[in-house]
Amino acid sequence: MHVSAFDRYQHQHSRVHRLDPRAKVLMTLFFILSNALLPDGAWAAFLAAWGLALLAGSVAQLPPGYLFKRSFIALPFALAAVTVLFTVPGAAVLTFPLFSRTIAISDAGLARFASIVIRSWLSVQGAIWLTATTQFPDLMHALRHLRVPRLLIAIISFMYRYLFVLADEATRLLRAREARSAAPVSGKSGGSILWRAKVAGGMVGQLFLRSLERSERVYNAMLARGYRGQLLTMNPHVMMKRDWQELGTAVILIALVQVIGRLF
Amino acid sequence: MFFASIQTLHIPDGFLSLFIAGLCWVVAIGFILLAIRRSQRSFDERLVPLAGMMAAFIFAGQMINFPVAGGTSGHFIGAALAAVALGPWLGILVMTAVIALQALLFQDGGLVVMGANILVMGITPALISYGLYRAVSHRPRRVQMITIAASAWLSIMGAALVTALLLGFSGTSSFRVAVPALLGVHALIGIGEALITAAALNLIMKTRPQLLQSSAAVGGRGWIASGVALTLLVILLAPFASRFPDGLEWVAAENGFLDTAVTAPFQLLPGYTIPILGAGSLSTIVASLIGALLAAAIMIILARLIHGRQAKMKRLRD
Repeated sequence: MHVSAFDRYQHQHSRVHRLDPRAKVLMTLFFILSNALLPDGAWAAFLAAWGLALLAGSVAQLPPGYLFKRSFIALPFALAAVTVLFTVPGAAVLTFPLFSRTIAISDAGLARFASIVIRSWLSVQGAIWLTATTQFPDLMHALRHLRVPRLLIAIISFMYRYLFVLADEATRLLRAREARSAAPVSGKSGGSILWRAKVAGGMVGQLFLRSLERSERVYNAMLARGYRGQLLTMNPHVMMKRDWQELGTAVILIALVQVIGRLF
Repeated sequence: MFFASIQTLHIPDGFLSLFIAGLCWVVAIGFILLAIRRSQRSFDERLVPLAGMMAAFIFAGQMINFPVAGGTSGHFIGAALAAVALGPWLGILVMTAVIALQALLFQDGGLVVMGANILVMGITPALISYGLYRAVSHRPRRVQMITIAASAWLSIMGAALVTALLLGFSGTSSFRVAVPALLGVHALIGIGEALITAAALNLIMKTRPQLLQSSAAVGGRGWIASGVALTLLVILLAPFASRFPDGLEWVAAENGFLDTAVTAPFQLLPGYTIPILGAGSLSTIVASLIGALLAAAIMIILARLIHGRQAKMKRLRD
């Protein structure tokens, strides 16, 4: 399996791609925070924030609609917010009978539900933008400069490195199970649910042991190559004047969205 | 295909209030810093390759499932296995790495609410599963296995309850619905996790018994106490949490306009009871069951839809 099977990085040579990853991380976080701060029903501000996301996408030379297409990943979670439609007090906009009772959707409830979904939908676009324009090792560097504990960063970087190796390992286990699981065309196959769970559990245990052994092997190999408990990098990652300028522009634009949210 | 696992507990950005998200970060950061210090003490420079590989293992292990019935499948989630096999501190660190990578690389879970996700999927399950396991770690293997299965199930329920509470206090969900719905769905998901975790640890115990002995040596009485206490809290709180006043009502009560607000037009299951059964606890239980069944039905339909689409896409690719 190749890295590209997972990674959503888009190879381009845009201004955004050249930007220091720290600046991009901060822009994304400010954008998400700003969405969270917008009051319910600030439609004009939501529209402006979407405009900002579109602008960021086009400056980064992402394929048109790229952010939009991938942004529905968080939508199933909206199910969790459905209840506010009925529980937020307000004037009823829609009533319908259900089991000899009437239930009503209030206008405030509708506004709150839509606002929650839009906020999350916009924020996901910000996160996709960051991933699409920043290579993962650079992203890790940015987080390190932003005072995330060094050791945690090293662990996540290491995980990223071996994700694909272990995903391959898991695929092999799944393929082996499939190869040994014949089923008649009609009728039930396999044993009881308990038995199936035991097989799956055995596979997980097997994967665990293989991973553990691999980590020991890798550690020995790292020691042999002079590892002293720190992952080193050749990339200096210095915030240049241009990075500060672009970060400043983004902050001003996001502040503008907030102003729109309070005024209209 | 790999990400089709039902991971409803990955909270996306926008669903929690900033205050709640910040509070979760404070708790999460405290635990992470402690976990780093403790793990570094016991593993030294071996820590990075070990924890990194184990985090990748959890991620890859989540691909492994088993068919249950009607197109649904049991899944492995991993927090309980990590805590029991590697010790709670390393377990929390590994789950933190998994959650961070899922959010950064796949937008599975939000960035600003990542602290909440670490609290839900990393810290809560580690406390419950390791605490309960540690309480029986010197007992016969049969007892250990049953405890591990039960604690894995409880750790999922605990995670679901914490999620429901966070959503409720943020004013995103009504406690009346979120608590029984999330607990109901995860009661089913938890069974898959419990069976897989127990079977996996059974294999590990048989082949590498010294591994579990060293993980059991990590935590002392404090872990047993906090694990048991948290478990009791989950069990005791679950039936009552659905009666909490909603987050929005809290805000309203603080500002003193609760009386002037129009009464909630939510009349489907008033007070989360069935009208004909009166207001007793039986009524609440039946209402919770109906809520859980409804939620489970919706989840199964959604899962089938998604599964069907993916199968079609796979056929197209092949």
